[in-house]
Amino acid sequence: MTLDAVVTRGHPTFEQRAPAALADSQLRHNLRNATGTIRRRRAAAVGEMPDWQALREAGRAIKERTLRHLDHYLLQLEVAVERAGGQVHWARDGDEANAIVVDIVRRHGETAVVKSKSITSEETGLDAALSAAGITATETDLAELIVQLAHDTPSHILVPAIHFNRAQIRELFIRELGVPGLSDRPADLAEAARVYLRRKFLETRIGITGANFAVAETGTVCVVESEGNGRMVATLPDVLITLAGIEKVLPTWRDLEVFLQLLPRSSTAERMNPYNSFWTGVTEGDGPREFHLVLLDNGRTDVLRDEVGRQALRCIRCSACLNVCPVYSRVGGHAYDSVYPGPIGAILTPQLRGLAQAGSLPWASSLCGACYEVCPVMINIPEALVHLRGRVVREGQDARGLRGRLDPENVAMQAVALAFDDARRFEAAQRLLLWGAGPVTRAGAAPGGRGPLAAWTTLRDLPDLPGQTFRDWWRENR
Amino acid sequence: MRVALFITCFNDTLFPQTGRAVVQVLERLGHQVDFPFEQTCCGQMHFNTGYQREAIPLARRFVRVFADAEAVVAPSASCVAMVRHFYPMLARLSGDERLAADIEALRPRVFELSEFLVRRLGVEDVGAYYPHRVTYHPTCHSLRMLEVGDAPLRLLRQVRGIDLVELESAEECCGFGGTFAVKNADTSLAMLADKLRRVIDTGAEVCTAGDNSCLMQIGGALSRERAGVRTVHLAEILASTEEDARR
Repeated sequence: MTLDAVVTRGHPTFEQRAPAALADSQLRHNLRNATGTIRRRRAAAVGEMPDWQALREAGRAIKERTLRHLDHYLLQLEVAVERAGGQVHWARDGDEANAIVVDIVRRHGETAVVKSKSITSEETGLDAALSAAGITATETDLAELIVQLAHDTPSHILVPAIHFNRAQIRELFIRELGVPGLSDRPADLAEAARVYLRRKFLETRIGITGANFAVAETGTVCVVESEGNGRMVATLPDVLITLAGIEKVLPTWRDLEVFLQLLPRSSTAERMNPYNSFWTGVTEGDGPREFHLVLLDNGRTDVLRDEVGRQALRCIRCSACLNVCPVYSRVGGHAYDSVYPGPIGAILTPQLRGLAQAGSLPWASSLCGACYEVCPVMINIPEALVHLRGRVVREGQDARGLRGRLDPENVAMQAVALAFDDARRFEAAQRLLLWGAGPVTRAGAAPGGRGPLAAWTTLRDLPDLPGQTFRDWWRENR
Repeated sequence: MRVALFITCFNDTLFPQTGRAVVQVLERLGHQVDFPFEQTCCGQMHFNTGYQREAIPLARRFVRVFADAEAVVAPSASCVAMVRHFYPMLARLSGDERLAADIEALRPRVFELSEFLVRRLGVEDVGAYYPHRVTYHPTCHSLRMLEVGDAPLRLLRQVRGIDLVELESAEECCGFGGTFAVKNADTSLAMLADKLRRVIDTGAEVCTAGDNSCLMQIGGALSRERAGVRTVHLAEILASTEEDARR
């Protein structure tokens, strides 16, 4: 067992979960189609922008400055929201956030809410908390609705039902929505959901949204979306609750200029989102009469302490990194066992949940760097992955005493490090490898073998071993 | 120019012919090649696998061995990327300001072979002859960390006799990723399967790249599948001459 496998006890590791996903040919097919399409479309949408790199730089700079002075901007946001007639609640963790929401719903004597898409609410487990309190939550984002009806969990930040294809969705809707004879045409599927949801919108008095941005200067919350369900949730109910991570704050209204260009092109490959909703507190005679903004920490302040890891908090949840990731596009979201899957999840979740709980995720990457290349806020994901790998290993070594030191991977790494720190020992190790490799490779290639060599030789041959190292050649010929 | 060759531990041990090819190319271009024997390993495997304290002595050694070099050239983009991008992080971890300063002084003089030839020396035609159908796989670290761009392709286009064919989705990772290939063996193989199919689809006899690690991944599977396609490091193509072809 490797270090990371040990420290993630309780949660199956990524490498334990991945094989089942990889073996699911339907999933592989769905993912290949979906990520391939969105990847090409994003590249085209970004390619139209002559100043894309400057925009990314601006996005990075604004987010970095905001995070550096987060305390200031959050307090400014609170004042602005309350001045506009809204109420602000502070939640230390997911449980506190859920309790705040449940309390608001109960105070109004309601037993149902409509929700627009909020990954933050997945993070806190809000739907389960509402359900436990006897409150029915209906997801109104089409993909979230599919996932909810299937009693499944989202597998993508932006396209939570990316692991379903329309034939599967048709079967689900026939079964769950009771629409016999439904075709699998996208328009028919959307219509079936629309009919089901329209009634929910009209009869439910409390709406819950997430937030893409919250402007400190004005107290304005912004949600961008493609389906109009977010607009419905934000305008039709009497009471509106918005759950937002504290990193969603932006200093000024003008900052939106940058992010409303970066986000749609990176996420849905659109020049502009079809629906851009902004609300500032409450407005007499227009929309909800009560507005609550729940600001969630849930580990974010701890993330800020890590000078390399904190860049993950710049994330605007566009999911471009998932779509280009060669790992995500093959295993899908569920293998990550994380609300935030893909490359961003691999750096965010271990920090939010704790390295001991998600310690295998930083290794769920070949460090190819495709994620960094597309990230609209220039999060250097490979750098953060490597940094977090270092933290997991160091904390494992330091916390686990003799047992940590005797971990086979640790022992091997220490031995190699020692050998490599001296040219003569290095040469001895080279000779040992070339001399001993023949019998070892034959043994390692045998079926049922164990260890790294067996993993390598499952489907690959080893290279022919040279008769002489480079340095021996140099010595003889120079 | 006096060029110090950083062969890398991996090539020194498993792919010495790549090192010999680098020497041939540089000497053919009129440069003097040094090989400091005290060099061992840049520490990339340790650092990227999380054993970062263990990589610090290896970085110290690298900096000490190559401190006075006019230029350090390595036939491996990922090892150069380690020096260029991760040594500063390693220096911060060590808390050793002297090491950090030494790294900063050395970094601009460390090059991957293709960027050294095209960007530093301004050479594209190295006088090579290679009468084979070849496809080029841009390795992730050469492309996205070193940003070598089309430098390897510029070199390959000047090779006489070559039939260079484009690889579909060339920029997608082959699935090697160092210890990723064994820690996440299944995912690595799923990535490799697609790369393999695309390499075979080109109809090339040879798949080349600037990193033998990625080529070992691709070549190992090509060999296992008896695909009839071999992998050859870029340096070896650049070193090939008409005499080699007729030998």
